[in-house]
Amino acid sequence: MATDTTSAADAGQAAAGPGMPQLDFSNWGNQIFWLVITLIVIYFVLSRIALPRIASVLAERQGTITNDLAAAEDLKSKAHEAEAAYEKALIDARAEAQRIVAETKVGIQADLNAAIATADEEIAAKAAAGEKVIADIKANALDSIKVVANDTAKEIVTAMGGKADAKTITAAVTARMKG
Amino acid sequence: MASEAKDGGGLVFKPMDQFNVEALFGSGPIGVFTITNVTLWLALSIVAVICMMVLTTTKHSMVPSRGQSIAELAYGFVYKMVEDVTGKDAVGYFPYIMTLFMFILCANFLGLIPGSFTTTSHFAVTVVLAMAVFVTVTVLGFVKNGTKFLGLFWVASAPLALRPILAVIEVISYFVRPVSHSIRLAGNVMAGHAVIKVFAGFAALAVVSPIAILGITAMYALEILVSFIQAYVFTILTCVYLKDALHPSH
Repeated sequence: MATDTTSAADAGQAAAGPGMPQLDFSNWGNQIFWLVITLIVIYFVLSRIALPRIASVLAERQGTITNDLAAAEDLKSKAHEAEAAYEKALIDARAEAQRIVAETKVGIQADLNAAIATADEEIAAKAAAGEKVIADIKANALDSIKVVANDTAKEIVTAMGGKADAKTITAAVTARMKG
Repeated sequence: MASEAKDGGGLVFKPMDQFNVEALFGSGPIGVFTITNVTLWLALSIVAVICMMVLTTTKHSMVPSRGQSIAELAYGFVYKMVEDVTGKDAVGYFPYIMTLFMFILCANFLGLIPGSFTTTSHFAVTVVLAMAVFVTVTVLGFVKNGTKFLGLFWVASAPLALRPILAVIEVISYFVRPVSHSIRLAGNVMAGHAVIKVFAGFAALAVVSPIAILGITAMYALEILVSFIQAYVFTILTCVYLKDALHPSH
């Protein structure tokens, strides 16, 4: 195969001059001329248009990201502040509630005391009235007993055949009852 | 066997024909200003660069489109390379390095289009690129550092007795740089394309043509890799050489 390749390459050489077209220095001037033009064009395209444009896009993006991060940080601190304010409000509300509870308790206690005093007074008044009524009833009862006793004594005396003397009987009964 | 080749029915290997420089119009001798296939494919590489870097970025999108992402990726890739390898003070040379990278990348990939002409496979092209870097680096080194630039060849950290020998080696390696720089690129590209053409020659034989076509496919995949890597290698070496010019101390 190697000989094959060589012979083919030989044939090619015969047609196109040197074996490696790269070493054919007759066209180097042409290649270098066009290469230099190409490099200059690419250099100006890149340095004047493409690279500043990409650099600005990258810088802009970096800036946006930085700003967004700062804004996020800001919002985070605001959220912390809001949380602290909420906590404070909660504590305040709790203290207020406790104060109101204590106040209400004191008020209720006062009302209760007043109500108890009134009730005591009423009870005392009612007890006094009751005692009076009882005393009246007692007195009435004594009187009634006297009358009943007189009557009964009179009847007994009459039944035994005596003559009932009202005055004597009364005096007797009274004396007995005192006894 | 030679007669086989002449018959046209056998194996015909012309792996180097693809590199011939020919006039596009007429068939006269090639002068300096003749429009040739080189001119055409160089012009197409300009078009490719414009398509890739300019047309994709016309919208200045905050959220990039696919094309703009590629342009930004290429920008970031080379920018970071310059910054990391050469240093932050070298970003002024970034457009220059970007030009080299974009040209070599586009020329390499355009060369992979079947039937195309690969401009970077010619030493005329790569030697100019490498010499441009060499001359720039040398001039810049002397302008920025004066005679201190020669300290690059005088290894101060080595024992005194060794320094002259090292200096000779350093000088030789310094002047070999443009040679290796240019031959590496053209050699890689040319070899790959030639191998593909050899496989293509074998494809004419029905018995081995499946293997040959498989070989072409594999080589093509490798060439895609090589196209990018060679552009990358050329660019990063340029950055390394530029670093020597800006900071000549070892």
